Amino acid sequence: MHDKKNRSVDPAAQKMIGKVCETGLETAWDRYDKMLPQCGFGELGICCRICVMGPCRIDPFGEGPQRGICGATADIIAARNLLRMIAAGSAAHSDHGRDVAHTLLMASEGKAEGYEVKDEKKLRTVAGELGIKTEGRNKNEIAKDVAEKAFGEFGKQHGELMFIQRAPKLRQDLWRKLGVVPRGIDREIVEIMHRTNMGVDNDPENMAMQGVRASLGDGWGGSMIATELQDILFGLPKPVRAQVNLGVLKEDEVNIVVHGHEPLLSDMVVTAASDPELLKLAGEKGAKGITLAGICCTANEILMRHGIPIAGNFLQQELAVMTGAVDLMLVDVQCIMPGLGNLVKCFHTKFVSTSPKAKFPGAEHVQFKEENGLSIAKKIVRMAIENYPNRKKENVLIPREKTDLIAGFTAESVFEFLGGKHRATYRPLNDAVMSGRLRGAVGIVGCNNPKITHDWAHLTLAKELLKKDVLVVVTGCSAIADAKAGLLQPEAAMKYAGKGLQEICETVGIPPVLHLGSCVDISRILVILCNVVKEGGLGNDLSDLPVAGAAPEWMSEKAVSIAFYVAASGVYTVLGQPFPVQGGKQFTDFLLKGMEDKFGGKFAFEPDPVKAADLIVKHLDKKREALKLKPMMYK
Amino acid sequence: MKEIYCDINLCMACRSCELACAVEHSKVKSLAGAVNETPRPKQRVHVLGMKGRPLPLSCRHCDDPACVKACMAGVMKKSPKTGTVESNPDKCVGCFMCVMVCPYGAITPVLEMKKVAKCNHCEDKEGEKACVSACPTGALFYGEPAEFEECLKKRKQVSAGKGA
Repeated sequence: MHDKKNRSVDPAAQKMIGKVCETGLETAWDRYDKMLPQCGFGELGICCRICVMGPCRIDPFGEGPQRGICGATADIIAARNLLRMIAAGSAAHSDHGRDVAHTLLMASEGKAEGYEVKDEKKLRTVAGELGIKTEGRNKNEIAKDVAEKAFGEFGKQHGELMFIQRAPKLRQDLWRKLGVVPRGIDREIVEIMHRTNMGVDNDPENMAMQGVRASLGDGWGGSMIATELQDILFGLPKPVRAQVNLGVLKEDEVNIVVHGHEPLLSDMVVTAASDPELLKLAGEKGAKGITLAGICCTANEILMRHGIPIAGNFLQQELAVMTGAVDLMLVDVQCIMPGLGNLVKCFHTKFVSTSPKAKFPGAEHVQFKEENGLSIAKKIVRMAIENYPNRKKENVLIPREKTDLIAGFTAESVFEFLGGKHRATYRPLNDAVMSGRLRGAVGIVGCNNPKITHDWAHLTLAKELLKKDVLVVVTGCSAIADAKAGLLQPEAAMKYAGKGLQEICETVGIPPVLHLGSCVDISRILVILCNVVKEGGLGNDLSDLPVAGAAPEWMSEKAVSIAFYVAASGVYTVLGQPFPVQGGKQFTDFLLKGMEDKFGGKFAFEPDPVKAADLIVKHLDKKREALKLKPMMYK
Repeated sequence: MKEIYCDINLCMACRSCELACAVEHSKVKSLAGAVNETPRPKQRVHVLGMKGRPLPLSCRHCDDPACVKACMAGVMKKSPKTGTVESNPDKCVGCFMCVMVCPYGAITPVLEMKKVAKCNHCEDKEGEKACVSACPTGALFYGEPAEFEECLKKRKQVSAGKGA
């Protein structure tokens, strides 16, 4: 249990938490405190509920049962449980990708109201990569084929996922040799469910390999499809200025918060919120305008493409409602707390679910359909406006905090800046690493978790790495944490970065921490790494690069899938919370050590962000040494 | 004297008390660390099945303890101050007589060390006992007999009030 003052390092969140304590409202932090002590068997991953001979659990201290009723050891049980987490995580990202493919298909046929191909250049590039003819065809013809081809990736039974070809040759061959190239996105997820069913796969290492396979189907499949097709449908993000934190909500405007993960509906809400008729209606209801703000990855999606402000990250979803100033919270899928339903009862806030896959107690359901996306978006905005007069002034408390940020970097844009507009190339980035001006790069991603002081681990890790001349790239709730603390401003380089990184940021005019988008956009990081290898001078495989990944505050099953595809792509991955597997000693050893022999990437569990930074810096230096790069320019 | 009691209606057999007890008696005092410790730390409370009902059982710290009488090495002692039956593992020779005579089966023989382990009320440390703090349903209770009676009474009233 932590002191209520230590729940968050974000001043806006702290203010709201103070209000919570006064009013007796309940948040995830309170529910976490009530949940303590948490079950040790679950924490160690050694309880099994897979068949009803059980539930079984292994005594980690060796006195009680050492095998489940079927004979499964702690290692087998821990591996089965972790594998099912990967299946769920990969399913979530991939279903997101599938929805985007569906929308692209409908848009190409002119059946999706308000949607069209916004980025024809990217469409043609991706189509070329997928072997689709582009010459002499219009964008809708190509888009239809791209969408169909993407659909095919999910249900494919044989062969390999198309985007696997983006990986360096050595990596592809390694995956083939190990038999982990995904045949189809869905197939590998189904196979996990089969293998972990009672009496199927009982070799923890063999299971881990299927976990890798399904996770690669996420990173190089579902997530990558989501990113690429969203770029085609909504436009390739470009660096954009915006603001972040609860202070973006306005006292005298209609406030709509979009929360969840997919940009499909929220992008339409962006259009609807500037509809003159609706703005006029808002005026009639006494509001000065309509403010749209996001939470979680939906926020990142519309931030990158439209500069829409962000209200906060995962643990701020309840705090946003508690400002009393949110007239409507629209949610789609993933990371939406069912606790919101109970909370909105205390406020005028309308809680609107939109996905047939995700309904919530206490929410009003407005079904989203691509056929009339824009009309539905307008309907929801209208609901918010009509709810505005119900706002109770005495209940409104909006923290003032808001921070400027720059977001919207991509594999296509960011590093090309380093070479200047007319000489788009990754060369300067590679040179900076080779010359020792830059130690390497680290992706910090993932969630918030009430077990860890909100945002603290994200910020501490990022700042520690910046000091050591490490370029930091971020996505998801980690990106939002850094944005709130001002790390996504170019000026942050002067304050936090080492001298080498400062020089680069100053020359190019970029922030030392680069916002690459939502959680599915971690696929952008993979593409960037492939481009760096291709550019030359830093080895021939992803595992040669002086790079690492970290998820200091993770909580979701999606993070397990991400961690697996990142590690299996050859990247050292440091997690702030251990996987729930530590009751299975051999399996844990495989993840923390053995995996490196196979993939060149492995996991480390380190809750202390300062120590995590040390581990990462040591790893980067090890890779630099192996590449025989020059010593660091500035100590 | 203060004692660890169990409201058996609330025990879900999750064995959290067992884990917390072992962690309390480990060197590192953390779950993930304790499971890797050699020798493995030993829990002194065991969730037993009594007539189909789970019951977490540990030393009852008897008024007239059979184990004290049976111990020839002087390991077992009833503290006149706290009433706790204390064991001093340094003196234990592993004859396991105490294990034989304990009417509750509450003393654990540790074969690899040829010693016994039993509940010592967390070395009589102040504050809550590890097993009691770990119990997610509040089945375990530490206090005077009268306090426990009072607690059970209150619980009965509350559940009657709920119409349960």
